[in-house]
Amino acid sequence: MLLRLVFRNSSHTDKEVTEVKIRTFAAAAAIAALAITATGCSGGSGNESSDSGGKTLTYWASNQGTSLDNDKEVLTPQLEKFEKETGIKVNLEVIGWNDLQTRIQTAVTSGQAPDVLNIGNTWAASLQSTGAFMPFDEAAFTAIGGKDKFVKTAMDTGGVAGEDPTSVPLYGLAYGLYYNKAMFKDAGVTPPTTWEEMVAAAKKLTSGDVHGFSLAAGSYTENSHFAFINAAQNGADFFDADGKPTFTSDGIVDGIARYLDLMQADKVVAPGDAQYDNATQAINDFATGKSAMVLSQNNANSSIASQGMASDAFGVVAFPAPAAGKDIATMVAGINMSIFKNTKNKDSALAFVKFMTSEDTQAALDKPFAALPVLAGVTPSFTDDAELAKTFSDIYSNKSKPLPLVAAEDQFESTVGKAMNQMFATIASGGTVSKADIKSALETAQQAVEAAG
Amino acid sequence: MHDTTGTKVFRVITITALSIFTIIPIYVMVISGLKPLKDVQGAFTWWPETLTIQPYIDMWKTVPLANYFMNSVIVSVAATLLSLVIAIFAAYAVSRYTFRGRSLFSGAVLSTQMLPGVLFLLPLFLIFVNINTNFGVQLVGTRAGLIITYLTFSLPFSIWMLAGYFNGIPRELDEAATVDGCGPMRTLFTIILPTARPGLVAVAIYSFMTSWGEVLFASVMTTDANRTLAVGLQLYSTQTNVYWNQIMAASVVVSIPIVIGFLLLQKNFVAGLTAGAVK
Amino acid sequence: MSASTAVKKSGPSAGATARRARKPRRAGWWLPYALLAPAVIFELVIHIVPMITGIWMSFLKLTKMYISNWGNAPFIGTKNYQVALDFNSAVGMGLLKSFGITVAFTILVVGLSWFLGMAAAVALQKVFPGRAVFRTLFLIPYALPMYAGVIAWKFILQKDNGALSHLLFDNLGLPGDKPFWLIGDNAFAAVVIVAIWRLWPFAFLMLMAGLQSVPTDIYEAASVDGAKPLRQWWAITLPLLRPVNMSLVLVMFLWTFNDFNTPFVLFGGSQPPAGDLISFHIYNASFLTWNFGSGAAMSVLLLLFLSVVSGIYVLLMNRRKDNA
Repeated sequence: MLLRLVFRNSSHTDKEVTEVKIRTFAAAAAIAALAITATGCSGGSGNESSDSGGKTLTYWASNQGTSLDNDKEVLTPQLEKFEKETGIKVNLEVIGWNDLQTRIQTAVTSGQAPDVLNIGNTWAASLQSTGAFMPFDEAAFTAIGGKDKFVKTAMDTGGVAGEDPTSVPLYGLAYGLYYNKAMFKDAGVTPPTTWEEMVAAAKKLTSGDVHGFSLAAGSYTENSHFAFINAAQNGADFFDADGKPTFTSDGIVDGIARYLDLMQADKVVAPGDAQYDNATQAINDFATGKSAMVLSQNNANSSIASQGMASDAFGVVAFPAPAAGKDIATMVAGINMSIFKNTKNKDSALAFVKFMTSEDTQAALDKPFAALPVLAGVTPSFTDDAELAKTFSDIYSNKSKPLPLVAAEDQFESTVGKAMNQMFATIASGGTVSKADIKSALETAQQAVEAAG
Repeated sequence: MHDTTGTKVFRVITITALSIFTIIPIYVMVISGLKPLKDVQGAFTWWPETLTIQPYIDMWKTVPLANYFMNSVIVSVAATLLSLVIAIFAAYAVSRYTFRGRSLFSGAVLSTQMLPGVLFLLPLFLIFVNINTNFGVQLVGTRAGLIITYLTFSLPFSIWMLAGYFNGIPRELDEAATVDGCGPMRTLFTIILPTARPGLVAVAIYSFMTSWGEVLFASVMTTDANRTLAVGLQLYSTQTNVYWNQIMAASVVVSIPIVIGFLLLQKNFVAGLTAGAVK
Repeated sequence: MSASTAVKKSGPSAGATARRARKPRRAGWWLPYALLAPAVIFELVIHIVPMITGIWMSFLKLTKMYISNWGNAPFIGTKNYQVALDFNSAVGMGLLKSFGITVAFTILVVGLSWFLGMAAAVALQKVFPGRAVFRTLFLIPYALPMYAGVIAWKFILQKDNGALSHLLFDNLGLPGDKPFWLIGDNAFAAVVIVAIWRLWPFAFLMLMAGLQSVPTDIYEAASVDGAKPLRQWWAITLPLLRPVNMSLVLVMFLWTFNDFNTPFVLFGGSQPPAGDLISFHIYNASFLTWNFGSGAAMSVLLLLFLSVVSGIYVLLMNRRKDNA
């Protein structure tokens, strides 16, 4: 019947059909044109200055807690407090990480956006280049309490160097090497301070179903982060000073090879980890005693606890560099806050950012969200364990490097990260990945980034 | 007449193999929803070491499943009803009238089945935003936006099915009605529609299922307040844990009403697909 | 739906009746248009206008620099198409590979789904005790919400903790290590199996509906003449189901080629190259790299390909019908 509808049109001539076709097409094109012209102006231009201190703000928060509901529970008292202080009501929506990027894209494209939102700080430069976010100039910084109130490391992630940043830090995160104290003691090893010691310890701890290490080797974000960190330990950068990709330098290839070798040559990572597309899965293996070490950001504690591992059963040290390498243990991870440029409530939005980055609010949020302080001079409060707090503060302030602050950062993450997913998959299913293979995969990734730029 | 041995062997093998293929995923879904989190994260077992209904309790808290369920029901039911009404009119026109542009319309209907969803996701979003700017009708982030999107998704196939069904209804019936003085609309409502009930049910089932399972557009067009189940289920995978047992439990719960409804109405569905030929 | 054609197309007289009956009625000429208007309006707003907008986008440099103010995005002619079709570049090569995988995927999924659907429809053609139970059971995967079915498969296809590996290696004692299903080359087999699991009940449903219109006395006459079951199927069942098959195969082809949901839910954010189906590839090309112009160009190419294939298919089918 379908075919019949299409082809049994004996009742009229082709000419009639064509005429109708043309007319319909013209009408549709006219509507499309209307749609397009109208959208053209809804974005970056015309920042309404009729700023009368709007009484309602829309805020998109990212998922930091154990569930979206948990985030809401944590944030709501703070938002109520803010309303009491300023009379500004905040409509909160917590958005899961699966959706956040797409939601931001559609918001940027359409101009139908929240006033204030959270972003992963690694996206800061990429999002800045869309021009859809409000640059924090002198006046804006004054309004939120001054640039100097933030830790410099955190503030550096705000956007492209040399321009007014379009985001300010909200929660700080850093990678650390979590290790199982009891397993280390039984094997007679001490927490490693160099890459070599780490591999030696991991080898000692690997036997049967227990592995020295678990990795989220199927997560392209995690993989790109560690490609970056390992390359940084070799002193290599993914982008040169002009923002051009330089993915194929030796330092990068060696760094990635070193990381892949944890599974390939050293065999201290279970091949099954290659399908872990979420950091949680690697952490669960650690918490349930299937691995002795895991690399994770400092908000892993609640996951570990939910698996029944006591908080004194594990310790954390900085992710060690090779003896001859640079002492970089993490990229500067965390969450930043941005204001959409076309907000009609600029003053209220600034007041809200000021409130969220105030010492009181930060003190209330850092613990439930396991965040490192982004404010200068504040002691970490994300854990009761003073030593743990000290270790992470040290990593965050002294052993960190921000991810490339270039517009193509997001493409770096997806292309390099996905190439690494694939290389881990090859290794896990019994293949080998040579340095030449790594280099050619990186070349493909670089081409893709260049093509998009 | 008797079946040959070959026929019997063929029947037994086919039915057994397909039953296993069909059942295993369903069984795993049901049984994993009855395991504690620790068990679903460990090696798979066909029978749980600890049988618990806790996931069925916890799942309502981890994500606001009840809200999403309501949203899905409202969106799917509204999209189905509207799509049905619109398809009835269109199919009636295509089946009973000759008019200019009839084949163009039919061709266009077919061609929408070819559109890759990705091609019009972003443009559609922009058009909704523009409708909002120019006419003040809020479509993004509302149920209305999803409803009109979904009703349009199921429209082409619904029109095909119904037009086929209407074609199978003898025109002598309409002519008799016309002789009795019924106008075209009266004929549609008093003669065609009652006869076409199985066809209508078939179309309604199809539309409902299309809306109930859609993920891509729902993930972009909804906000927390009107999120549908298809998107909501993804939220069991949070920053700190993947609650497989609750995902499975929730999957069972969101499947039960639609599976039961479908199975109850399947006779109609099959009849709707065949009736044109039976006449 | 297509079963209606079975009888109609069977004789020239039936076609003539249909044509006569379709003569304009006394009602105003506008009536059919009024009846179609709601459908046309919705199709225009939701399908046609976005499609035209999408085609227009494919000629723009619509990267993240321009996306927030895309009225100002520079017009770059066919540059996006050139990049997508330059098979020496990483982008073009990626698209070509994805296209090849999708062709193989579609052939396997449509072919096997049709085969399984046909086998089940024939096996359940005659009444026997328990027939209704199996018919109901086979329809469940189709009735299940898409998301629920695929996520269950995702759970089953895990390497160490998945039910499939458990079944094959622990229960059935297959030698060797448990393989990956969702990464590496097996991912292709995985996505094919899941897609078939979801699609074959639809083929079964349509073919079963078609078979119900085949009068049983034809078979009785044939078996009196001594025709074997396979021969009966070939000589009677298949030709009678031809009209159903024609549209069934086309619809399944279009749905499968454009399948986005299955890889999206099955692989999440880290799809393996072996499971890189074209819809998902284009989605990533647009949303992951923010290059919407390039993504739109790829979509348009896909649309062209599908139109050409469908057009040829319909033409061939019509010609064969005319020759017959």
